[in-house]
Parts: sequence; C-alpha cells; structure tokens
Amino acid sequence: MIKVGMADLKLCKAPDAITTLGLGSCVGIALRDPITKVGGLAHIMLPDSTKISNNTCIAKFADTGIAELVRIMVASGASRNRIVAKIAGGAQMFALQSKSESMAVGARNAEAVVKILGEMKIPILAQDTGDSYGRTVEFYPETGDFVIKAVGRDIKKI
Amino acid sequence: MSRIDLNNMEGVYFDILKEIGNIGAGNATTALAQLLNSKVDMKVPKVALLEFSEVGAAMGGEEQLMAGIYQLVEGDITGSIMFLLEEKSAITLISKLMGTPEVDNVSEFGDMEMSALKEIGNIITGSYLSSLSTLCNLKIISSIPAISIDMCGSILSVPAIEFGEVGDKMLLIQTEFSDDLKLDGFFILVPDLESYDKILSSLGM
Repeated sequence: MIKVGMADLKLCKAPDAITTLGLGSCVGIALRDPITKVGGLAHIMLPDSTKISNNTCIAKFADTGIAELVRIMVASGASRNRIVAKIAGGAQMFALQSKSESMAVGARNAEAVVKILGEMKIPILAQDTGDSYGRTVEFYPETGDFVIKAVGRDIKKI
Repeated sequence: MSRIDLNNMEGVYFDILKEIGNIGAGNATTALAQLLNSKVDMKVPKVALLEFSEVGAAMGGEEQLMAGIYQLVEGDITGSIMFLLEEKSAITLISKLMGTPEVDNVSEFGDMEMSALKEIGNIITGSYLSSLSTLCNLKIISSIPAISIDMCGSILSVPAIEFGEVGDKMLLIQTEFSDDLKLDGFFILVPDLESYDKILSSLGM
C-alpha cells in the first residue's frame, strides 16, 4: 500500500493501492482513469495557493495539488478526458466559535475541491465530506473503490 | 516582513522558542501536580520543528487515538494552542482525577469525562500561556476549550493548517510527565507570524 502524507500526493497504478491516514480538515482526492487504471491520491490542506505567499509546496493546496496529480497521471498513461474523482475529509474537528475563518477550513477545503474539479470538468463520482470526525482512506485504482475508515464507525466503501 | 521564517528557523530564535517551551511545560507540570494532588515529574521536553508528514509519526502514528484540547489565543498575541494526550494517558489521568477504575477504551468516556479532560487541558495550557505571558510581559487570553478524541492525524490537521498558511513546518513540544503516573503529552502553540515577532521583541531580540 502506497502511503501519502499530509500535504503530499502520489501516483498509483493498479494493482497497487494507495492510502492516506487520519484526514481531518484536510481533503483526500482520489483520481482515476477507469480504462488504463492509472490513479493517484492527493492530501491537501488549504483551498487556494493564490491567497498565500508561502506557496512553494504545491501538494498543500487544492488548486495546485489537483493540477499536479492530473499532470503526473497523464504523463503515466491516463487519459485527461476520462479522469474521475472521489473525495473525502473536510471535517470540522473542533466545535469552536471564532472570528477567525480557520475553524471552518474543512468546509472551505471541501468546497474548493468541488469547485476546482468542476472547473477542470472532472466528475465527482462519490464524496464523504464534512461532519466532525477523522477519516483514513484507501483507494484501489483497479476497481475504483474508495474505502473510508473512522474511529467507532463502520467501514464505508464509496 | 517578519523576521521569522518557519522553514528556515535556526540558532537563537529556535533556542528561544525551545526555552519558552521548557518553562511553559514546567509550569504545566506544577499545575498538574496540584490538580491531582500527587507528585509529578517532567522529563526535559523535546522541541522539534517538523515537516507536516513527520508530525504524525513523531506522535506515535497518524492513526493513534488521542485527545486534543484546543483553544484560541487572543490579546497581544493571536493564534491557537493545543494540548494532546495519547489515549492511554487520557484514561489514566481521568481515572486518577475522578477516582474511578480505568476504562478500556476512550469511547467509554461520557460527558463528565470529556468535560474533565477539557478542564485539564484548560489548566495545563493556561499555565503554559501564563508563563509565556509573564516572561514576555504580554497580555494573553485563551478561549474556552474544545475537545476532540480521534486519530492523531485528524486532530493535528487543525494546527497544521494554521501553520500551513505561513510555512511548511510545525513546532511541536513533547512533554513526558512521570513519577506516580506516566503521561505523554504534547503542546502545539501556533502564534501567527506577527506574534512570533512580538514575542521576540518583548524579549529584547
């Protein structure tokens, strides 16, 4: 199983599988070309690289992270037009009222990912976002299964 | 332009933040000892500036269950502070504090236990912040605490995102309390960059 860290992205071709552990307010984006079975997973932390001056780590942001993952997938044989997505994460881990926007960053991340995928015309086949608990995800490019595990909850396959 | 670059923090600035970590953790130990009415010792805290991808591993793995108590910080400096306890330590601490037998699993915690953990976090971070406040002569106020018991990686995503807005690394202070009871705790203080400057200026840097 290939492991993707926080602010990280990696390519994964069937029959390999890929995982990222403990997504909280971050969002995990699994992309796949169903014909060539070339896939990949990104673990992004923030919605928009253009809003932040310190943006050299492209895997940290939804916009640059998704674009980079698509680029390396196409370079490895995926067809740009066939790529589909499944997403998970974007939870609000703490129930704190605050003036700062940072608390709602989970929701902002999920929104940004949906918007960017829409602009790139990448269909979202399934998503499990929001709520207030962490998620570990596993992605299988062979079948397109996206498995979601959370503490004290049943394993979900979307 | 801030004097602090979290990606290239070296030498004296890092030493200062480390020392603040030491003093803060020392005060937190005293507070914990008073709360439990028991002798509590503290090992020298480990202070590290870690890549996001390394933080989970440093705390026992991304899927390690932890209790995270999170508070916003306002006043002369702004940001947030989090105190994390690994599952076993949270169970031991609650049992000791409430005089009840240790439960097998944190999922058995009810409202009472959660509320007690929140208060412990509040006291510990409060003593940490008050030492920072005294040292720097800055007014620091913390918000009411919020708690989450979940996978370490998920809880850490919250401070990581805050650090992520200014850098690619995160400052982690690991404290091991020992003696009558052994507890592994972690502090993560996330001041914004301006606040780092204020802390350093207040110390004559």
